Amino acid sequence: MTTATTGGRTTVRGVVGTSRTRVEGREKVTGAARYAGEIPFADLAHGWLVLSTVARGRIRSVDTEPVLAMPGVLAVLHHGNAPRLETDYVGLLGIPPDPTAAVFQNDRVPHLGWPVALVVAENSEQAREAAEALVVAYDEEPHDTRLTGAHPDAYPAAGVMPAETEKGDLDAGLAESPFVVDEAYTTPEEHHSMMEPHAATALWDGGRLEVVDSNQGTTWIQGELAKMFSLDESAVRVRSEHIGGGFGSKGLRAHQVSAVMAATVLQRPVRVVMTRRQMFSLAGYRSPTAQRVRLGADADGRLRALDHRSVSQTSTVYEFVEPSAGVARVMYDAEAHRTANEVVRLDVPSPTFMRAPGEAPGSFAIESALDELAERCGVDPVELRLRNEPETGPVSGLPFGSRNLEACFREGARRFGWDGRDPRTGVRRDGRWLLGTGTAAASFGAGAAPSTALLTAEADGGFTVRISAADIGTGARTALTMIAADALEVAPDRVRVRIGDSDFGPAMIAGGSMGTRSWAWAVTEAARELRERLALGTPVPPEGITVRSDTTAALGSLAQKERHSYGAQFAEVAVDTATGEVRVRRMLGIFAAGRIVNPLTARNQLVGGMIWGVSMALHEEAVRDRVSGGLYAPDLAGYHVATHADIGDIDADWVDDSDPEDPVGIKGVGEIGIVGAAAAVANAVWHATGVRHRDLPIRPDRVLSAAAANGGAAGTDGGAADA
Amino acid sequence: MAPAPSSTTSAVTLNINGEKHQLTVDHRTTLLDALRERLDLTGTKKGCDQGQCGACTVLVDGRRAVSCLNLAVAAEGREITTIEGMAEGDRLHPVQQAFLDLDGYQCGYCTPGQICSAIAVIEEHAAGWPSAATDDVRPEAGPPPLTPDEIRERMSGNLCRCGAYVSIVQAVTRAAEAHEAEARGTDGDRDAQEAAA
Repeated sequence: MTTATTGGRTTVRGVVGTSRTRVEGREKVTGAARYAGEIPFADLAHGWLVLSTVARGRIRSVDTEPVLAMPGVLAVLHHGNAPRLETDYVGLLGIPPDPTAAVFQNDRVPHLGWPVALVVAENSEQAREAAEALVVAYDEEPHDTRLTGAHPDAYPAAGVMPAETEKGDLDAGLAESPFVVDEAYTTPEEHHSMMEPHAATALWDGGRLEVVDSNQGTTWIQGELAKMFSLDESAVRVRSEHIGGGFGSKGLRAHQVSAVMAATVLQRPVRVVMTRRQMFSLAGYRSPTAQRVRLGADADGRLRALDHRSVSQTSTVYEFVEPSAGVARVMYDAEAHRTANEVVRLDVPSPTFMRAPGEAPGSFAIESALDELAERCGVDPVELRLRNEPETGPVSGLPFGSRNLEACFREGARRFGWDGRDPRTGVRRDGRWLLGTGTAAASFGAGAAPSTALLTAEADGGFTVRISAADIGTGARTALTMIAADALEVAPDRVRVRIGDSDFGPAMIAGGSMGTRSWAWAVTEAARELRERLALGTPVPPEGITVRSDTTAALGSLAQKERHSYGAQFAEVAVDTATGEVRVRRMLGIFAAGRIVNPLTARNQLVGGMIWGVSMALHEEAVRDRVSGGLYAPDLAGYHVATHADIGDIDADWVDDSDPEDPVGIKGVGEIGIVGAAAAVANAVWHATGVRHRDLPIRPDRVLSAAAANGGAAGTDGGAADA
Repeated sequence: MAPAPSSTTSAVTLNINGEKHQLTVDHRTTLLDALRERLDLTGTKKGCDQGQCGACTVLVDGRRAVSCLNLAVAAEGREITTIEGMAEGDRLHPVQQAFLDLDGYQCGYCTPGQICSAIAVIEEHAAGWPSAATDDVRPEAGPPPLTPDEIRERMSGNLCRCGAYVSIVQAVTRAAEAHEAEARGTDGDRDAQEAAA
């Protein structure tokens, strides 16, 4: 460890900022790491969920008797016999629970794949067979599952941000603009599809409810279960040690609640694991969006008018808003500026947060529209964005924290080889492939939420951090080890970080790219206090010295600013207009995401987000059948996520992004990687072929029909599409 | 003691990681569930239970297989290797070490399947098996260079939703190079052939 003096302040250079392999890496590569469904319990019973086969109606009857007579079957829970739940409350995230998780409370069926029963048996084969044999009769009602931008039932809805913002005279601004873009964009229903299905085991242990689960926040789920089952929070313990991916989906869901019900009724441990197919209606998803963007600009590409309206869908039982129109509230200003998020209630499952909710689909629309504007104005797309950098928050008027978008574009353009790009479309060939490049900007909020941490100086000279953080693949456990080591000025091998246990006290969830920022804050505070205690020279007793931090007050005193991370995405694609195939040959993302704690894991996570963007641009689409109201082939064969062969050379890097006023300096890298990535790919496809794809994914049939509609222009010398 | 076999169960002996396990299984029990639920070998993961994701990949007689599409009763007499059988004591398999060093994962749930698959990929490639990414598939052409495209093609049965593909390919490349160097070091004839080529 070295020390350096800057401006009279002594700073310690520690491990933060250096690449370190994951502290739990050995367990993960040897298969020793145990995930939620893998922890053994004596006398364990297995629950299997039964889902509705109709999209709307009422349950007429549940024929439990024949199933109860089947081998090994212990119980069938349904709305007629399940424990009653409390659902009139607001949870840790400040929102009421999604009734999809509050299972078996009434006979209503609001969508296909709604949980109607849980069959519990001695082993999973028996439970599955009995669940498949259970006859549930329904009184069916007509349903509507089709989202359109012009749906008559669309209404403005707030969710996590105001529904609408408006300033200036939009019509006048558009009328006065020499260049106008007015286009519609759509994104399809998308599913998280993390590799580990949701799994929970519930048991009563000496009057206390224990839940071993896979979730993004143990105190979050503890609080929800306590409220739902009318228990004292101290009577509920939730653990979640290793989590096989979350992406927003691993919150309170039917599996935990039904497992707790069954464990309560049977008074023995019960495990409920979702099947892959069940996840497509029980685990949340990203709503499809229908968006319209109108931009008016001066001849030099400076925006005079901006209008972004997005319509998403939600279920009839819960309002979730995919806030896609929120992007321009941070990114682009104009004298006339209007944004609106609307939803339509349909007979579909409840959507939820999914990696960069709002920003991912919203950036596809607005960053595509900006590319169209650049084309019309004859301004380079990078330059167009730099000309439209706002001075203050376009809607809030607040000053920005660090906003290093320009540095991202300059560095990205240099490294990608953007400068001197020929703007003409359809003129670059490599054999059967047409080549093109595209770019887009990215932003994502850099928030923090109150968290507590326990830090113990052990008698053996080591330190133990206990915090109910979650490592869903982010490398949080490793990052917090590094942060604690630096804050304590010790080597990281003297620090042990324990996470994923609600007994460690309230903390932010792994979500909103806020986890590491929030937890690091609490750990740093605790370390400061512990060092003060140790500085007194008190000998450490055998039980150690423990301090507890709580960042609630510190967060409250943080100045109001627009705090975000930023990025510039660059993509090169190859398009075969004879087969419709699109390949992303290379991609570079340069980000301004605050202090990077662990470059090894941060780069991996940023690249992972960009791969989500490629997957969103080219592959992902859950198709809902209007007749049945369900999805076609809801599994990993029917729902395509990018695999190895779909991914070319993708790299992510970052520019220096420090904010001297920010006490933590960490912004989070979980979501920024996907933002703008799909637009960069779509813009590159336009550059390659001269065809705009405003509907995702850019499937081969869409490439082919677009080429046909263009009179086969894409693939010839490219002039026609530009005309 | 395992319960006696009946019309719906059978007694089987499974050879896993060089160890013999006797158990009575429900005929419907997959190899995956037998490993996870009966033998406490939970390193093999259940991602989809229908052969679409590759998380449950194990080696059966040295070849890759998705254990969710194999019944336990049909695995008798086969040599099954799972992720738990890859390290030698404390010494990680070179593929495991490369995944650890190069961060070839994030959440870790697809990782055992990716590693089992990668170990077999390196063997399949060394044995001269072509893939859809191979330009020259004639046997006399020998193994193609194990380029990133070759690895991507051969590893495509293993999904990683975290999107760690770039570092996984780097890890497989490094392990394959080490494997090749080791093979060269122990195989003078092959060295000579390559030198002559």
